[in-house]
Amino acid sequence: MRRPARISPRQIVLVAAKELRERIRDFWVLAVALVFAAFALLIAYFGAAQQGAIGFRGIEVTIASLTSLVIYLIPVIVLLLGYDAVAGERERGSLDLLLSLPLTRFELLLGKFLGLAAALAVSTLAGFGLAGAAIAHQADAAALYHYARFVLSALAMGMAFLSMAVMVSVMAADRARASGAAIALWFFFVLVFDLGLLGVLVFTGGRVGGDVLPYLLLANPADVFRILNVFGMEGVKTLYGLATVVPPALADPWVLGAAMLAWIVAPLAIATWRFK
Amino acid sequence: MSSSVIELRGVGKRFGEVCAVEDASLAIARGEIFGLIGHNGAGKTTLFRLMLGLAPPTAGTIEIQGKRVDGAAFREVRRQIGYLPENVVLWDNLTGLETLRFFAGLKGADRAQCDELLDRVGLRAAAQRKVHGYSKGMRQRLGLAQALLGRPALLFLDEPTAGLDPQSRREFYVLLAELRGRGVTMMLTSHVLAEMQERVDRLAIMRNGRIAAVGTLAGLRDGIDLRLRADIRVRPGAAPTVQSALAAAGFPPAEPQDGAVRIVCLRREKMALLGALAPLMADLEDVQLREPSLEDIFLGHAASEPPRVQP
Repeated sequence: MRRPARISPRQIVLVAAKELRERIRDFWVLAVALVFAAFALLIAYFGAAQQGAIGFRGIEVTIASLTSLVIYLIPVIVLLLGYDAVAGERERGSLDLLLSLPLTRFELLLGKFLGLAAALAVSTLAGFGLAGAAIAHQADAAALYHYARFVLSALAMGMAFLSMAVMVSVMAADRARASGAAIALWFFFVLVFDLGLLGVLVFTGGRVGGDVLPYLLLANPADVFRILNVFGMEGVKTLYGLATVVPPALADPWVLGAAMLAWIVAPLAIATWRFK
Repeated sequence: MSSSVIELRGVGKRFGEVCAVEDASLAIARGEIFGLIGHNGAGKTTLFRLMLGLAPPTAGTIEIQGKRVDGAAFREVRRQIGYLPENVVLWDNLTGLETLRFFAGLKGADRAQCDELLDRVGLRAAAQRKVHGYSKGMRQRLGLAQALLGRPALLFLDEPTAGLDPQSRREFYVLLAELRGRGVTMMLTSHVLAEMQERVDRLAIMRNGRIAAVGTLAGLRDGIDLRLRADIRVRPGAAPTVQSALAAAGFPPAEPQDGAVRIVCLRREKMALLGALAPLMADLEDVQLREPSLEDIFLGHAASEPPRVQP
C-alpha cells in the first residue's frame, strides 16, 4: 500500500515566498494597493458628491459604496492573479521541474495559494489601510472597527475567489482555457447569480422557493461578503433594503464566516484532489 | 539486490487510446552515461517523466536507487536527482541567483553552491540580472546549473545542448566529462546524434513508444546491416586499374571523382574489400573507411523493425 508523503511546511513556505516575491517584482502588489487606496479615498471624500456634499460623511456611507465597488473589483483582480498559478507553470515546462524536486503536489499547490494570498493580503491591507489612516482622525472607534471588518471580509472574499482561480488553473488544459474559465466564474458569481435568484422570485411571484432562496446567497462568496458588511451596520442595512429579503439567521457573523471559510477551503480541496 | 541505479520492467503508459510508451525495460548501471534517441513523439520525454515519477505508468514498475518512483520513500531519492527539462522557461522576475537559491532551498542543497555553479556555467556576471533579460543559451545554462545543485548522483538531461552556441556546447561536454569522472549516472536525449555518439556508454533507440534497440554503439552497429563508405584515393592514371580490380572482386565502384574511387558496401564486407585492395597498394595514395554513424544506425532502425540487440 502506498504511504502518503509527509507534508513539509518548509517547502510550502519556500514556494509561497517565491510567489510573493514575483508579485512584488512585477508591481502587482503595488498597483493593486494603489488602486484600492485611490478608490477608498475617492469614495470616502467624494461619495456623497451627488447630494452636494464633499468630504468624509461617515463610515457607513463609505462602506456601503466600497462594498458595491469591491464586489466587482476584487474577484476580477484575484481571478486574474490566480488563473495561471498551475496552468502557467505547466505551459512553461517549469511544473515538471518543480515536481522532480522533493516537493509534493500538495505542498506546491498550498505554497502557490498562500503566496498569492499573501500578495493579496499585503496589497489589500496596504491599500485600504492607507485610506483608513487618512480618515481615522474623523472616525470614532466603532467606525474604525466596521472599516477593519470590511477590509478583512474583503480579503476573505478575495481568498475565496483565489481558491476558485487555483482550482480552475489545475483543471484547465492550458492558460487560455484557464483565463476563459476565470472570466466565466466572475461573470457567474458577480453578475448572473443574483439576477438569477431575483428572476426566480419575480417570475414565480415568490411562490417557488421563497423561503429557501435567501439561503442560496451563501452559495456565492460575493453575497456572503455583501451580507457580512451590510448587516453589520443598521444604516447600511436600510440603505440596501436587504433587511426585508435576508432572514436574521443569515446575518449571524459566525454563519457567514463559516460559509466564507468553506468557500476558501472547498475549491482548494477540489484542486488538490484533481492535481493528483 | 540489483546493481542498477535505474531499472524499468515492462513499463507502459497510455493516454486513453494512445500508447505513448509500451513494454519498456532498461537497466542502467551506476556511473553510466545513457542516451535515449528517437523521432519527435517517439516517447522519450514521456519515458523521462515516468522515470522521474512525474506521471504514473499504466503498466510495469520503475525503480531508481532501489526505490519505486511512485512510493513515498522516493522523496529522499529526489534530492540526489538533477533534471533539466527540454525548453524550460524559468521565472522572468527572479534573478539568476534568486532562481538557483529557490531551487537549492527546495532540494535541501547548500546555498553556497549557487555562486559556485553560476560561475561554472558562465553566469556569474549575470547572477543579479533578472532572467527576463537572459538569452536562450543563458537560460539553458541556468537550467543546467539548477540540475547540478546538491551534487546529484543521477542526472536526467532532456536536450541539454539545445540553444547553446558552439563554445557553450563544448563547455557543456567538458562538464559532462567531469561529472562522468565523479561517477554521476546520466541519462540524456539529444537530436544532435553526432555529439551523442562520442559521449554515451550505451543508448536506446525509441520508435513509436517502444524501445526498438538498446546497446553500445558498436553493438547497435553490428545488429543491423548497415553500409559503410570507402573513399579510395588513387595515384594519377591508376583509377581504371583499381576500378576493374574492385569490380572483379564484386565491389562495383562509382565513377571516380576528384581522383578518388568511392565504394559503398555492407559492413560485413569490409574485410573482403580490404583484401581486394591489398594487391593494389602501389596504385593507392589513401583509403578512408567511414563507419556508419549513430545517425545512420538510428535511421536504419527507424526504417525497419530491427532485431533486438542485447547489451
